[in-house]
Amino acid sequence: MADQERILPELLSKHQTQILESWSAEQLRNRRPGKAGISEEDLRGQCRDFLNALQEASQDDPSDDLQSPIWERARDILTDISREQSKHGASPSDIATFVFSLKQILFQLLQTEIGKRPEVFAREIWTTTLILDRLGLFTTQVALKIREEVIARQQSEMLELSTPVVKLWDGVLALPLIGTLDSERTQVVMESLLEEIVRTGAGIAIIDITGVPTVDTLVAQHLLKTVAAARLMGAECIISGIRPQIAATIVHLGVDLGDVSTKATLADAFAIALRRNNLVVTRTTPAARRQSAE
Amino acid sequence: MAIRSESLPILSSEDVVTVRRRVRAMAIEQGLKLIDQTKIITATSELARNTFVFGGGGTVLLEALESGGRYGVRLTFEDRGPGIADLTLAMKDGYTTGGGLGLGLSGAKRLSNEFEIDSRLGEGTRVTITRWR
Amino acid sequence: MDRIPILKLGDFLLVTVQVDMHDRLAMNLQEDLTDKIVSAHARGVLIDISALDMVDSFIGRMLGNIASMSRILDAETVVVGMRPAVAITLVELGLSLPGVRTALNVERGMEMLRATISVYAAEYSEYHGDPF
Repeated sequence: MADQERILPELLSKHQTQILESWSAEQLRNRRPGKAGISEEDLRGQCRDFLNALQEASQDDPSDDLQSPIWERARDILTDISREQSKHGASPSDIATFVFSLKQILFQLLQTEIGKRPEVFAREIWTTTLILDRLGLFTTQVALKIREEVIARQQSEMLELSTPVVKLWDGVLALPLIGTLDSERTQVVMESLLEEIVRTGAGIAIIDITGVPTVDTLVAQHLLKTVAAARLMGAECIISGIRPQIAATIVHLGVDLGDVSTKATLADAFAIALRRNNLVVTRTTPAARRQSAE
Repeated sequence: MAIRSESLPILSSEDVVTVRRRVRAMAIEQGLKLIDQTKIITATSELARNTFVFGGGGTVLLEALESGGRYGVRLTFEDRGPGIADLTLAMKDGYTTGGGLGLGLSGAKRLSNEFEIDSRLGEGTRVTITRWR
Repeated sequence: MDRIPILKLGDFLLVTVQVDMHDRLAMNLQEDLTDKIVSAHARGVLIDISALDMVDSFIGRMLGNIASMSRILDAETVVVGMRPAVAITLVELGLSLPGVRTALNVERGMEMLRATISVYAAEYSEYHGDPF
């Protein structure tokens, strides 16, 4: 293979301006109406950068192995382009089309240049197809990766949203947990509870699991570890709202709740918290209220 | 794949402090969260102390890892001490020969994502731990 | 620096750990504190570890020892200011320091010591008359 003449790189450098012109024109034509998209100038720049990298890489690498370091610049540029385009609302197939639309232009040029030598022509069509297909697939991978990043970010944002640590009274925090607790969510929730304890200086934190349908061993252990960690920091945790099924699970799993305070309801736990802070709640009558107002 | 590495001696209890500092710096560079930084430096402290107290001193190799977009820190503690006779027993919570709490090895394992130990009587001990971001 | 300073505040001793603790430093602190409890007739000890970025089994054991020894010497120990990440890690390591009393900060720790000591004093005077 190595001693065979390499038509593609030569073609790319010889007809650089022409390819760039027709390719960018093609891109602009393909742009979906109504979408903001990137500016014409940026698009032209992206096309130029990519063509340069493609020319260099195909010049240096006879194996067409996209994983090799020679293709790194081309991959990097394509990654940037994919990111930029998807930021402007392009779909993964739009971005792949960006690469694939180069085929027709290159094929036409190959036809003009070497159309009279069928064997060479067939070989070059094949090589070019291979390279562009791989690069097109690569953009799809990048697009997928971008989606995954977005999903991961949204997940972590949701985790944060789903961990509202609320202040019930001076020195009393509550963490009402709702929904299924998996190990990761429990960990995040617990970390934010401990951070809030430090920030507010609250001596008592109530973890209410009324809204939690089931608890597995790992989650039960996370809860216990949080209680232990809070104690090391100098705060007390009360777990409230343990439903009968969960109590049964905890006993069944053999998890030792030890000397952790547990209460049936958040109200019971709050009453304990007030008592620990030497506070009492008293009922008053309208007459007494009027009297104290005078 | 290790993208950076450095080797440090562990010959005194001051060296343990230096190793902890370097591990923390690397953990921060690798983008580990505060809780994960704390876990790996605590594991470091336990293992570096073992190297110094039971292994009669040794070295630690710090490696910054990158693998498929994941970042991590790998530490390899090595000594040419007497080695550990019964690894299963040594890994148990509360088992100690040195008058400590016996939480060094088992605790370090709990604080790491990956843990490997290799010990030969009369030749020495090597412990490798990894914590990922 | 090979020793951590111990401050005397009335009936209490205050230790603020501000350096990376190596093992010898921890041992020295344990010794110095027990000596000082006796020589200063201290009734309480506050150990502020809010500056520590980790507590391993050695430091954990030292804290436990100080608490037990001071109790024998009739002084209460309160460890204050442990950071969340440090606390989570210590629990994961397998240490929950059952014999050690804790508080969120120095102020709370001080209140806790005062409360404990006044209860003792009240009980003492109930049976033996006012000791002070």
